[in-house]
Amino acid sequence: MELDGSKVIAIGERDGIQGPAIAECAESAGADVVLLVTQCFV
Amino acid sequence: MDLGTQQHVLDTVQRHGAENIIVLLGAPDPAGAEMFALTLTEGDPTYAGPLAGVSLGLRVYHILESEVRQLVDPAVYADQVGIMALALDSDAIIAMMQHMRDGQA
Repeated sequence: MELDGSKVIAIGERDGIQGPAIAECAESAGADVVLLVTQCFV
Repeated sequence: MDLGTQQHVLDTVQRHGAENIIVLLGAPDPAGAEMFALTLTEGDPTYAGPLAGVSLGLRVYHILESEVRQLVDPAVYADQVGIMALALDSDAIIAMMQHMRDGQA
């Protein structure tokens, strides 16, 4: 699995790791975040 | 996965191609991770949303998995994920993700 140069969909969850946090991580690895969401099931 | 997100995922995959996309999850428990992974690979198991019957076959990982963590800037990972990695049952989530991928192999 390689993130550098990949397109990433970041699906976070409010009670877990949220979308923006996942996106920050992915971008630091060279990925292009093409969709970012944070789910909330409350 | 809520219905709006399913539509956003479908639109994004149609725009960029499933083979070019990696999904990173942040679900807080193994059951949630399983539902997301199922929906993103085989289709919506509840048959309620736009991904019902749509097998996208996406590559799906959880942000807590070592395959992901080793690729991320360590300072960014510690800042963005570190505390939650300690709070959540990481081992169980990781085991579920690996089980899901093995099941598709």
